[in-house]
Formats: sequence, structure tokens, C-alpha cells
Amino acid sequence: MADNLLVVSGLRKHFGGVVATDDVSLAVEQGQVHAIIGPNGAGKTTLIAQLCGQIAPDSGDIEFAGRSIIGYSMARRAREGLARSFQITSVVMPMTLLENVMLAVQGTGGHSFRFWAPVNRDVSLRDAAMASLAEVGLDDRAERIAANVSHGEQRQLEVAMALAMRPRMLLLDEPMAGMGKEEGAAMIEILDRLKGGMTILLVEHDMDAVFSLADQLSVLVNGHIIATDTVANIRKNPEVQKAYLGDGHA
Amino acid sequence: MAWLPGAVSTRIYAVLLLVLGVAPFVLQAMDQPFYLDLLSRGLIFAIAVVSLNLILGYGGMVSLGHAAYIGIGAYSVGIASYYDYYNGWLHLALALGTSALFALITGAISLRTKGVYFIMITMAFSQMVFFIFLSLEEYGADDGLVIYARSEFPEWISMDSAIGLYYWIFAILLLALFFIHRLINARFGRVIVGARFNEQRMQALGFDTYRYRLVCYVLSAMLCSLAGMLLGNFAGFISPDMMSWARSGELIFMVIIGGAATLFGPLVGTIAFVLLEEFLSAITVYWHLIFGVLLVALVLYGKGGIHGWLRLLDRREGEHGG
Repeated sequence: MADNLLVVSGLRKHFGGVVATDDVSLAVEQGQVHAIIGPNGAGKTTLIAQLCGQIAPDSGDIEFAGRSIIGYSMARRAREGLARSFQITSVVMPMTLLENVMLAVQGTGGHSFRFWAPVNRDVSLRDAAMASLAEVGLDDRAERIAANVSHGEQRQLEVAMALAMRPRMLLLDEPMAGMGKEEGAAMIEILDRLKGGMTILLVEHDMDAVFSLADQLSVLVNGHIIATDTVANIRKNPEVQKAYLGDGHA
Repeated sequence: MAWLPGAVSTRIYAVLLLVLGVAPFVLQAMDQPFYLDLLSRGLIFAIAVVSLNLILGYGGMVSLGHAAYIGIGAYSVGIASYYDYYNGWLHLALALGTSALFALITGAISLRTKGVYFIMITMAFSQMVFFIFLSLEEYGADDGLVIYARSEFPEWISMDSAIGLYYWIFAILLLALFFIHRLINARFGRVIVGARFNEQRMQALGFDTYRYRLVCYVLSAMLCSLAGMLLGNFAGFISPDMMSWARSGELIFMVIIGGAATLFGPLVGTIAFVLLEEFLSAITVYWHLIFGVLLVALVLYGKGGIHGWLRLLDRREGEHGG
């Protein structure tokens, strides 16, 4: 394997008697899109939560860019370049799209103990934020309040905020959750444009999206990764077909 | 008031500040020292309420212990004067320094909790201060402490006259409002406001929200201690009573009545509270009853407080093309 940006080894997490993450090991290569698929309740979101520092694992290690980040807080991991989007839209609803993305730029652009200069006259923040909005095609709606735009646009905002952090890697937790067909297609287009330049760990239900975007696929069942391979090989893997894809996809 | 630019609410606030600015001379000409006293006291509380609004309104940190910082500011004057130190700069430094230190320590602990627990723990810390001063016989305990002279400042900014003190209060109020206006629109303020609505997202964006909140809490406490420093000078008498948790509760009420998380809401809320209290108590001895009903009605139906109503006027004017 070439340069692995993210290496997860022996990650375990249980909640009471339920094993949510069972000895998960995986490696994401620099510049690749690595997708994680699995049925509902397989522990995909719990895994993402451990990667970004929201939940502490019971054991195991997470290495990012060659260093263990297991003891880092969520904020610290974000500043190290590990950006995430949320499965359930999580933005600052009463603020405009632009203000949301400006916060994202601000978060990784040095400390924010600046008490005097007005943010909305800060050209560097504004320009960087507008650029990220343009990347997801929201630049014409920059001044709208986040709570008032459509669900699909909020999902795009999620991605714009993650991008605005200028991350080294994106953790995308079901970016297409709850989207209609057209919105979904638009999102696939956005992610397709990022592909190649950005290392992405993608958790997604939408098979069309996964098969068209991913370089590598890991299949998570009951908290355990049963297979990791290229898209073509995973589609042929009988164990995966049985556990997850079913006859329709075979 | 069409001769002023801007929205109706902005114009009303501008006129209010103008009126407050000239009030001492008008009241003096009318020979009404009582109303100057009432106004001075009201504006002192307004400073405290404006400072509370910074954490409660903008930051979503509901503290039921903010009156402790009024007490700390007042006792900074009282205790220094007790030992015959009357230098005003010393009083200011003591108030700001002590409140910052106390806020840093208690805030560091309190801010590890959220919601109701934060309310309870801030109240517990303020009650601690309350009982400490209640038991300090040297400084009068529950009898309080008389301050025989006001903080000494250079002649041109002397506090000795009623008008001189009023302008101290008014100037600190204006500075507090301006400071908060800048703060909230700066990077720091965006983090504070963002964390009120979605703390998890702010952390995912790389912000250590705890640290920002702690700094915000300390700034708010320091601002509030200035109100205490002025109150000590104004009243000439201080007692632990001024920092009981019931006082802290009143401060919260004043924020809510005026409109939380708005710049001028806390100011108008405080003025309304102080005036209502004054005039109702002059009408009947059962004024607490009427006052209580009014407060309940305000909280139930006055969403957004007085500032919210003024914003309605703005919208109405907008619709009529005014």
C-alpha cells in the first residue's frame, strides 16, 4: 500500500451488551475515496463518531497522517485536518449559509480570540467562504438563512462547511441522506468533482453513489468489517452478496 | 420621529440614549433629585443586565449567580475604603481583578455542566460568596458596611456630585454596549453565538467551545463587577443582600423582559423593571402581586421582550412603505 492517510487498527466499542464496533481495522489511501457500506444498525455512524472524536473507543488506535490521534478532542482533530459532515443536518440554523461557512473557515484558520474586528468586513473569511459555497453550487443563495433553504441545500451546506475547513480528509456521513433523486444526483456530481484531489471516507446508503464514486469499499456488518476490496471485486464477493447486497444487486 | 434615519426601533433607542444623556440637567433644573437617583440606580443595574445578557442571551449560558459579581465589585470599594484606601483606580482594579479571578475559577468548573446543572452550580457559587460575606464580622456581616466617601478620581471625572456619578454610570453603560456590539460581531462573538445554537457542530469545525465560553464568562463577570463598583459608590452602603440569588433572578427577568441576545433589549428591560417596581410600590402595598402577574404576562405573551415589540413596529412601517 502506498501512503495511508488514515489507519484504523483494532477499534472496539460496545454499549452495554451491544457490540457497536467489533475489531475494525481499515486504511484509507491518500487521494482515494473509501466507502463504507452496511445495513442499518451495522455501526457506521458509531464508527464515524469515533474517528472524529465524538465517541471514545474502548480499545484500538486511530492514526492520521502518521500520528495517533486517539487522545485528541473533536476540535483538535478538526484542526489537524479531519473534517466531517453529519448524517442529520447539523448547521447553525438561524445564521445565513455564508455565515455558516465563514465559521468553518474561521475554525481552522487560527484562534478566534479576536474581540474587535467585525467578521462581515473580513474579506479573507468571506472570499474563502464564497469559494466553498461555489464548489457546491450554493454561492447564489449565500445570504439565505440556513433554516429556510431546502433539505437538499442544507446537505450541500454540510459539505461546503467541511470543504471550507481546507481539510486533508473528509468524513462524509451519508451526505445523500433523505435526498430526492435530483438532489442526490447533484450531490454525486459535487463529490465526483472532489474525487482525486481529496481523500474521502464515505458512509452511504445509496448504492449508485457508492459504486460510481468509491475506489475502495469496506462492508460493515454487525460492527465488523467482513470485506474490503475494489468496487468490482466486492460486487462479485458471495459473502457480501449474502450479507448485504441481496439478489437484486448481484 | 421621521427626522431620524433607520428603523423605528433604532430611532427609539437613539432617542432613549439622547434622553438619558441630558436627563441629569433637565432633572436638576426641575429640582427632582429623587428621579436622578432612580435613574442612576436603574442604569447601574442596566450595566449588570447588559453583562448578563452577554452570557445568557448571546451565549445561552443561564447563570443564576450573576449578582455575586455585583457584590464582588461593591465590596472591592467597601473593603478598600474600610482600610482608608479611596483611590478610584485601585477600586476599579480590585473589582475587575477579583471578579475575573473568581469567574475564572468558578466558570472553569460550572462550564463543565449544561442546562439546569449550570443554573444550579452558578447559583451555588454565588450563595457561597453570599454566605462568606454574611459571616465576615469584620466587614459588618449581615448589617452591611457603610462607605463614607466615594472613590477618588481626578477632579474632571470626579464622582462626588450626583451628576458626576451619573455620568460615570452612563459612560460605563455606553462603553459596555459598544464593547459588546464589537465583541458579538467579531470572530469571538460568532463562536459564542454559534455554540449557543449548535455546540457539537462548532466543535466539529475545530473550536474548543469550552475555552471560548470561559473567556466570555470572565468578560461578563468583569463587566458586572463595574456595576457593583458603581453601586457601592451610589448607595454608600453595601450588604450581602445585594448578591443573594433572588437578586440574580431579577437580573434574568430584566434580560428576558427587554429581549435576550439583543444589544439594547437589556437596557430597556431594566428601565421598565425599575420604573414598574417604583411606581407600583407607590400605588399599593400589594404591588408584588401586580408586578408578578405583569411579569408572567410579559414572559408568556411578550416573545422577544420589549425589543421584540419594537421590531414589530419596524416591520409594520416596512409594510406601509414608511
